[in-house]
Amino acid sequence: MSTPSFDYLDRLEAEAIHILREVAGQFERPALLFSGGKDSIVLTRLAEKAFRPGRFPFPLVHVDTGHNFPEVLAYRDALAEQLGEKLIVRSVEDTIRRQRLREPVGKYPSRNPLQTYTLLETIEEFEFDACIGGARRDEEKARAKERIFSVRDEFGQWDPKRQRPELWNIYNGRIQKGENVRVFPISNWTELDVWRYIQRENIALPDIYFGHERTCVVLPSGQLLGLTEHIRLEKDDEIVTRQVRFRTVGDSTCTAAVESDAATVEDIIQDLLLAKVSERGATRLDDNISEAGMEDRKRNGYF
Amino acid sequence: MDLLRFITCGSVDDGKSTLIGRLLYDSESVSLDVLAALEKRQASGGVVDLALLTDGLRAEREQGITIDVAYKYFTTPRRKFIITDAPGHVQYTRNMVTGASNADLAIVLVDARQGVIEQTRRHTLIAALLGIRHFVLAVNKMDLVNFDETVFDQIAADYAALTDHFQLPTATAIPLSALNGDNVVSRSKHLPWYTGPSLLEHLESVPGAVETAAAPRFQVQYVIRPQTPELPDYRGYAGQVLSGQYRRGDRVRVLPSGSETTIEAIEVNQQEVEAASAPQAVVIRLRDDVDVSRGDSIVPASDEPTLTRELEATLCWMSEQPLWPGRKLLLQHHSALVKAAIPTILHKVNVHTFGRAAADSAQLNDIVRVRLKTAVPVAVDNYHQNRATGSFILVDELSGDTLAAGLIGAANANYFTAPEPSPVAFSI
Repeated sequence: MSTPSFDYLDRLEAEAIHILREVAGQFERPALLFSGGKDSIVLTRLAEKAFRPGRFPFPLVHVDTGHNFPEVLAYRDALAEQLGEKLIVRSVEDTIRRQRLREPVGKYPSRNPLQTYTLLETIEEFEFDACIGGARRDEEKARAKERIFSVRDEFGQWDPKRQRPELWNIYNGRIQKGENVRVFPISNWTELDVWRYIQRENIALPDIYFGHERTCVVLPSGQLLGLTEHIRLEKDDEIVTRQVRFRTVGDSTCTAAVESDAATVEDIIQDLLLAKVSERGATRLDDNISEAGMEDRKRNGYF
Repeated sequence: MDLLRFITCGSVDDGKSTLIGRLLYDSESVSLDVLAALEKRQASGGVVDLALLTDGLRAEREQGITIDVAYKYFTTPRRKFIITDAPGHVQYTRNMVTGASNADLAIVLVDARQGVIEQTRRHTLIAALLGIRHFVLAVNKMDLVNFDETVFDQIAADYAALTDHFQLPTATAIPLSALNGDNVVSRSKHLPWYTGPSLLEHLESVPGAVETAAAPRFQVQYVIRPQTPELPDYRGYAGQVLSGQYRRGDRVRVLPSGSETTIEAIEVNQQEVEAASAPQAVVIRLRDDVDVSRGDSIVPASDEPTLTRELEATLCWMSEQPLWPGRKLLLQHHSALVKAAIPTILHKVNVHTFGRAAADSAQLNDIVRVRLKTAVPVAVDNYHQNRATGSFILVDELSGDTLAAGLIGAANANYFTAPEPSPVAFSI
C-alpha cells in the first residue's frame, strides 16, 4: 500500500473541514460570520467541501458597518446567490439608532468598535450558539493564544485566563445557556497560506484585492486611505491618485491601502514574500492605538 | 512542502521565548512593524528583546511570564512549522499536556549553566507520555559557558541517561545561544567542535506525522442528507480519516451497533475517489441501509478497535475542582459524547520519576490512573497504538468545562511499545 503524502495546505484544509463539521454536529444554531474579506471567502469554500452535496448547516451573517466598500457588498450578494445559501445582514446603523449610541466622530470615524454591538444584538436575535469566523492566530499576539473553540459569555467576553485546554483535535463546544462559542477553523493558517489556498482553489475575490487606481488621502503615518464620503477632509490634506490594493478588507475608514501593481494572485504572493510589514500593521489604523488594542477589544466581545 | 508541529518546553529562565523569537527573526518571519512595536517598548534602546515576540497578553508582559499556550508560525522553503509555546512553570502541567497533544516533536530547552534539572525530567516525561517520538535537547546559553564543549557533552550525557532509564526515544542534542543566534538557524563559528546540524536544519529534516501507519479508523461527524429532488435518498457520512487508509469496496463494521456492510463510495470534495487516507476529510457512503449517526465509528471488519464500556486510562487532571472517586461526567471521544463515571482512582503518577503513589483524589495538574465506566460502549484503541482513537477528554456536564485529558491503555501495558519508529516502553 502506497503512503500518500499530503502537503501543508492539504493538512490545513482537512483540519478546517473537520472543525466546520464539528460545529455542525455540536451546535443547534450556528452561523458563519461573513465579512466579504478573503478569510471569510475561504471559509465558504471550506464549507462547500465540508457539506456538499447538502446545504450549509448555517446561514452567512454579515455585520454591515455602513462604511463597507461597495465592491465588497456586491461580491457578498453575488456569492450568497451563487452558493444558494441564506444571507443575513444586520447593520451598525440600526444598532446606533436602536441603542442611541453616539456615532464615532473625528477625522476618520471608524465604526469598527460598534460592530461588536451589532454582532451581540444579532447573536441574541437569532440565538446563535456558535459563530464561525475567519480570524487567524498569526494576525496578532492576542489572537495567538485564542482557542479554536472559544467560549464567550453573554457579553461576548473573552477571558484568556479561563480558556478551556484544547487537546488533540477534540473540540469541546458544550456551553451553558447564554454562552456562545466563537469558532476559528483557519486559526493555524498564515496570510500566505490563505493566498496560496486561494491560488490553488482558484477562488474569485472582490476586485479591491488587486492593484487598481484609487484616489487616496495620505495619512500622517504615510499610509494611504481610500477617499470616501465618510472622511472629513481638511484643506491641507494631501490627496493623491495611486495604483493600490487592499491586503485586508474591513471598514473603509480604518483599512489602509498599499501601493501595488499586483494584478493576479501570483503577483500578490510574490508581493507578500517580499513584504516586510505585517498585514495588520500595513492596513489597520485601529490596532496601532495601543499595544494591547486587540486584547482589549477581544475581551469586550470583538471577534 | 509538509508541516511539522513542535512544542518548546523549558523552565522560566531557560530562554524559551527568546529561542522562538530567534527562530522567527532569523527565518525572516517577523515583520518590520512588529519589530518597531517591540523597539518602542524597549526601555532604553539596546538590542530588541526577542522574547517579547511571544509574550502576548498584558498580564504576561507585566509579570514577565507566559500564562497560556501560544501558537506561532513560520515557513522555510522546506517546511511550514507550527510552534506550540507552553509555559514552563510548575503549576502548568496542564498547558504542557495540551501543547504536547498535537506535537510531532519536542524541543526540551536547558540552560547550559544549570544542565538537566527537575523540570527537564518532567517536561520530557510528559512529552513522552503524550506520544511524542522526536526530541531535541537544546542546550541554550552556550555563550555564558564560553562555548565549552565539555559542558555540552556532560549535559548531553546526563540527558541520555534520563532517556535510557525510561527507554525514551533518543534525543538530538544541539548546543546554541538563542540570544545571539548561534546555531539556531545557521551554524556558529563559536562552536567549531560541533559538527551536527543547526536547530533549524534539524527541524527541517525530521520525519513529519505519519497517520497512515495505524489501523484504519473513521468516526462520523455529521450526516449529509440533501433530500432534494435530485438526491432524495443520498446519505453521506462526513468525517475525517483519523488513521490508516480506506478503499471503496472495503468490508466495514459500524460501531457500536455492529452492523456489517461495504463502502459504496468515498467522496472528497464531491468527487468519488478509490481510496482516502488520514488526515483527509471525506464523505463515506455505505451499500446497505444501516443505522449510523454522529460519533459512530466505521472500521474494517477485519481490524476492529475494542468496543467496551470499561476503560483504564491515564488522566491529566486539568480542573481546579478535584476529582473524587464516583464522579460522573461526560467523556468526549472525538465526536462521540457519552456519559461516564470514574469509580476508582488506581494510583497517582509522580511526574518527576513516573513512580506510583497511592491517591484518593486527583488535584489540578495531577496525572492519575483510573478506571472509567461509560453509559454506552465506545470504540477505542490504546493510545500508544493510535493517538487519534486512544485519546479523549472529560467534560463537566453542567459547566461544560474540560476537566481532563485521557489516554487509553490497559494497566501495566508497556505504554509506548509503538508499532513504528523509536519504541518506548515504560509502564505507569
